[in-house]
Amino acid sequence: MRPTLPRLVNILVPVKRSIDYAVKIRVASDGKGVDTNVKHSMNPFDEIAVEEAIRLREKKSTKVDNITAISIGPAKAVDTIRTALAMGADSGIHITTPENAVVEPIAVANALKKIIDDKKFDLVIMGKQAIDDDSGSTGGMLAGLLGWSQGSFASKLEVEDGGKVHVTREIDGGLENIEAKLPMIVTTDLRLNEPRYASLPNIMKAKKKKIETFKPEDLGLDFTPRFETISVSEPPKRQGGGKVESVDELVSKMKEAGVI
Amino acid sequence: MSAPRQISRLLYRRSLISGSRRSTPTPMFKSPSLSVRHGSHLPPRSNQFTQPTKEHLDALKAISSSTLSTLDGSATEEELRSFNDDWMNKYHGKGSIVVKPKTTEEVSEVMKYCYDNGIAVVPQGGNTGLVGGSNPVHDEIILNLSNLNQIRSFDEVSGVLVADGGVILETADHFLAEKGFIFPLDLGAKGSCHIGGNVSTNAGGLRLLRYGSLHGSVLGLEVVLPDGRIWNGLSKLRKDNTGFDIKQLFIGSEGTIGIITAISILCPRRPSAMNVAVFSLESYEAVQKVFAEAKGHLGEILSAFEFFDKQSYALVKKHQEENGGERKVFETEGDFYCLIETGGSNAEHDEAKLTGLLEHLMENEMVLDGVLAQDSTQFQSLWSLRELVPESAGKAGSVYKYDVSVPVGKMYGLVEKMRAKLREGGVLEGDGKSEGPIRAVAGYGHMGDGNLHINIVANKYTDEIEKIVEPYIYEIVAENEGSISAEHGLGVMKAPYIGYSKNETSIELMKQIKQLFDPKGLLNPYKYIV
Repeated sequence: MRPTLPRLVNILVPVKRSIDYAVKIRVASDGKGVDTNVKHSMNPFDEIAVEEAIRLREKKSTKVDNITAISIGPAKAVDTIRTALAMGADSGIHITTPENAVVEPIAVANALKKIIDDKKFDLVIMGKQAIDDDSGSTGGMLAGLLGWSQGSFASKLEVEDGGKVHVTREIDGGLENIEAKLPMIVTTDLRLNEPRYASLPNIMKAKKKKIETFKPEDLGLDFTPRFETISVSEPPKRQGGGKVESVDELVSKMKEAGVI
Repeated sequence: MSAPRQISRLLYRRSLISGSRRSTPTPMFKSPSLSVRHGSHLPPRSNQFTQPTKEHLDALKAISSSTLSTLDGSATEEELRSFNDDWMNKYHGKGSIVVKPKTTEEVSEVMKYCYDNGIAVVPQGGNTGLVGGSNPVHDEIILNLSNLNQIRSFDEVSGVLVADGGVILETADHFLAEKGFIFPLDLGAKGSCHIGGNVSTNAGGLRLLRYGSLHGSVLGLEVVLPDGRIWNGLSKLRKDNTGFDIKQLFIGSEGTIGIITAISILCPRRPSAMNVAVFSLESYEAVQKVFAEAKGHLGEILSAFEFFDKQSYALVKKHQEENGGERKVFETEGDFYCLIETGGSNAEHDEAKLTGLLEHLMENEMVLDGVLAQDSTQFQSLWSLRELVPESAGKAGSVYKYDVSVPVGKMYGLVEKMRAKLREGGVLEGDGKSEGPIRAVAGYGHMGDGNLHINIVANKYTDEIEKIVEPYIYEIVAENEGSISAEHGLGVMKAPYIGYSKNETSIELMKQIKQLFDPKGLLNPYKYIV
């Protein structure tokens, strides 16, 4: 076997601007989407991805050269990139789309592939899914398009100097440890880490960091959706409960309902 | 919203630290120490009040069916404890009857019966008070308003909400949030406290800086007087100069002259853009400078300015560590911390202002370090650094809580004087000289309102500590022309000390007012003005 040389790792972290997780979602009046005129933040899983990239660099066992945050979205997606930069990413890439345009996972995966081909990244750390559409397929598609290994639902990540990667995956009822070599795609699960706060000095520094902007057509990309959303509906309303005055009443009500 | 999204949100939520804004102190939590505060100044039972008997109980039961009592075995002493004890577990009443009326008319009939029979009554809301005002001192009947919990009306044009006194503050705020409005009051106990109790104690809380005191936002009240008469003053008018403004007397009267059964209150539009930043600072002087800068840069969008000292922060960190929710916030810690919240209707506009302030503070090195919330989750967890101080103090030991207001510049001097006094008394731990029973003296509060909270965390409540602290703390407040009770009220704890903040004429007038409304002195006796 050839001895592996110490290498500098370039990390790409895709970040999505999605509806803030604490916002109560309402179906839009046309019944084909949700009301987007609400607070947006970085997709929480992507926040974990940014944090993990920064921790890899801080650990020093991995020589990280550069951490780039990329977002595909409307003008305001820049805020999401700035958040990643304030956390500690080095530079940003913004692929602009019109306001409210739907970009499907395959389009995102193709766009990321294009950027990776052009700019040479070794590791992509990304959220396992976005909390708005819950597709959870971009990571897998990207690995397929690039022909790279992937470690999905990661709850632990280690990158050795030689480029060997250990990923602990959260699977149904337990954990799975896998090993692969860079280049690689890792998708993050909740327990991977707890993201840091953006500190003021870093927020100030982030303002000076570079963000490259592209239009899809500059990169030869076509974001035309393949799917049409037929309808979006709210879950059935919860029926209000009642109060009982005594245990006897509770028992008789339960009997009435046929549960005992 | 798809089901998976809900699940992923749930999962995400589960990983958060325990202390979100929504779950801060509730009466569920009790001080770990079971020791009773000796309370040497608790007044003896007055013989002018009739002792409640089984006969009285039967009459009250006929008026209001949800009545609990140890007299007929419908409840055990244990079950009445949550009504008899205050939530700090510092004051313990011996009431044997709890009445929970469902309508204003029932409240009225209960009061009429008690008045005619000379029975003393303590009105009770969420029982989250901090001065022993909402539980009995002796055997007063407990009139609990939790069944009076309906929202009566809301006008989306004027923003006037009319609701029963027993509506829980958070319930009212959630109701308003759905309509795009906000309750003009917010405090840590929001999940338990009642809006009627808030008004009768003139609660201050976290939004006072922005929305002003309840004396301004409350437009009208419905009150059951001590003799059972119902006073309908549920006005919805902002302007009404016809005679004495009687409702103002009930705001902050702590249930001594009437029972608030409904309120009418003006609610502002809910800000659609909220931001929060927390800073670490070198000194109290720096906190004051930042406060001045914040007011200048942020103007009308500044909605809260809170401060806490490193002792408070240490308590919170310890509490979070014990609950597995610790998280590094600052690269550089300081002796002081402050939290700035903004609320406005235009996110870009607010952000531009806030960024301007942050840049200014950093460039001029007025702060050591700071963090800015990037999403709602961080918004909650940054707020919890401040909101968890009282709860964390409670977890660390038995807490002597003081709530004073003094001119902003002199605020922190009081904490330092208090520490010096305790050190002199040989009870302050960790000063090298003594191994005293006091674990920490923490200072925090609402900078914007000149309101300071001093929490003295001790191993247990003792007469020795109490003698060192009181009345010294009231003396130093009086020296600084402050108030010995900024927002907690007088209750039973501070009633004897009113003279430190009010002159004789004021006290005389208060006594006359009490006499006018409650000639038999039956309502919430032994408290307030004694």
